[in-house]
Amino acid sequence: MISAQGIARIDAAIAKYPAQERQSAVMTALAVAQEEHGHLSTEVMDFVAGYLGMPPVAVYEVASFYGMYDLEKTGRYKLCVCTNLPCALSGAVEAAEHLKRTLGVEFNGTTPDGRFTLKEGECFGACGDAPVMLINNKRMASFMSPEAIDRLLAELK
Amino acid sequence: MNTAHPPFDPLVFGPDAQIMKGVDGLNWRLADYEARGGYRALKKIFAEKIAPDALIAEVKKSALRGRGGAGFPTGLKWSFMPRQFPGQKYVVCNSDEGEPGTFKDRDILRYNPHVVIEGMVIGAYAMGATVGYNYIHGEIWDVYERFEEALAEARAAGYLGDRILGGDFSFQLHAHHGYGAYICGEETALLESIEGKKGQPRFKPPFPASFGLYGKPTTVNNTETFAAVPWIVLNGGAAYLDLGRPNNGGTKIFSMSGDVARPGNYEVRLGTPFAALLEMAGGMRGGRRIKAVIPGGSSMPVLPGEVMMKTDMDYDSIAKAGSMLGSGAVIVMDETRCMVRCLERLSYFYFEESCGQCTPCREGTGWLYRMVHRIETGRGRTEDLDTLVSVSDNIAGRTICALGDAAAIPVKSFIQHFREEFAHHIEHKRCMVGERGAARDKAAA
Repeated sequence: MISAQGIARIDAAIAKYPAQERQSAVMTALAVAQEEHGHLSTEVMDFVAGYLGMPPVAVYEVASFYGMYDLEKTGRYKLCVCTNLPCALSGAVEAAEHLKRTLGVEFNGTTPDGRFTLKEGECFGACGDAPVMLINNKRMASFMSPEAIDRLLAELK
Repeated sequence: MNTAHPPFDPLVFGPDAQIMKGVDGLNWRLADYEARGGYRALKKIFAEKIAPDALIAEVKKSALRGRGGAGFPTGLKWSFMPRQFPGQKYVVCNSDEGEPGTFKDRDILRYNPHVVIEGMVIGAYAMGATVGYNYIHGEIWDVYERFEEALAEARAAGYLGDRILGGDFSFQLHAHHGYGAYICGEETALLESIEGKKGQPRFKPPFPASFGLYGKPTTVNNTETFAAVPWIVLNGGAAYLDLGRPNNGGTKIFSMSGDVARPGNYEVRLGTPFAALLEMAGGMRGGRRIKAVIPGGSSMPVLPGEVMMKTDMDYDSIAKAGSMLGSGAVIVMDETRCMVRCLERLSYFYFEESCGQCTPCREGTGWLYRMVHRIETGRGRTEDLDTLVSVSDNIAGRTICALGDAAAIPVKSFIQHFREEFAHHIEHKRCMVGERGAARDKAAA
């Protein structure tokens, strides 16, 4: 269900915490699982629960509480744009509108070809670089003018 | 891996920078940090056999106050940790930076990660903790990866791990990442999150110093707070205090965002006039007039621009002006901005991020957002303004953590200082100011 490499990353996380506190690695384990599967299905979450010795419901609670976990299938690229006030004052609303227009979807929508899912984000802690976007949770893109967005979209095949 | 960390002039953080002194965007590695004098504070402690109590006394003398938002005296917080506790104790660094407008910890961690590591080792030694965690905001994944690299460097060089610098003190430090929950910036929610649970704040008391991570004595400090510690050890608490003002020791990194010409982080002495800070950020964008400033992150009261132009940037001066220094996130709004729309976005944020544990916050943040949204979209009612204040008053102080207060404060302060804009919106169903108001006026003419 999770690759050997992924398991190694989860084990490295487990080693950071006291031996009886394997549950502390659940956030990393879910992040790894999502990276490999695209989203967190019940089967994947049950696997994580078994691996960490947690009740499955405790894993579901974590997965549904933290905003960067996806319980539903997303496009190949999940684009999250921060529209909070500091970003909005520096062009984030325009960036979001440009994304909606170009992709032809609203927030939480996925393009028909399954390439992009657009999400509205809350503060990434990078307001000085506004507008900012997060691609598949891991890559931060700064100063996203409409031109920069067009370049990014062309790059993400 | 994000490669968007371009090099820059070391003076970009300001001429008085201490934490970010000599940092140029590329020189974050251990060798660079050592070349800047890094880990000398730690060596000094072990060479001179400085006792933990003496370190805490020095931090108290420095008047270093928590840089995450609350401004609580750091030395005092450290002294709350039980001395003779027989079991495990923890130190935790709160790098879950998600207070809108705040982006200083990200720059500290990506450009100068070792200063945080050194500060945490010193803090752990002073409080007798042997294990620590740095909880890093999930959205800045590349920073989390870089911090892991820095930890590996520090371990290999003997600054971290077993028998640090060949002495008797051992300290294991690990990075823990969040995954998108503002509430985990609250220290007990953060501890719950490290334990692998939903990040819902705990009742206090007991405070973390007696019942913290895994139920053990724990101290949680902000990234910038730990980053200030090595300088204090090297130069003394009195010298640090002298950098700032009485009761407001040291330098502070202010995150300037919004309608300024050069948004970014600026490290200045506490007590620097706001007008000087604004000038460092290039002044107002497009030469427009300043209208409003939130001086300490979105949870702090907004102040009219003219009040801020006469205020100095330290905890006590900003409190006297009617707001709080908070995390040092300065959100600047110019004359074209509609205050209703600005508040609407903030209210949506607190509604979205309420953890749902306490009824006044879970339900109240939704009420606040829906009412401000109604006013913004031209469906406001005259009685809404009083209802907003009343709902705010019924959230604040009635919840386990401060998120309820944080949702109430913007609403009350925006209405207090810009009531006529809200009233105009309700009466005329459009903005009193701003490009959109002007455009609609033109269309109507």
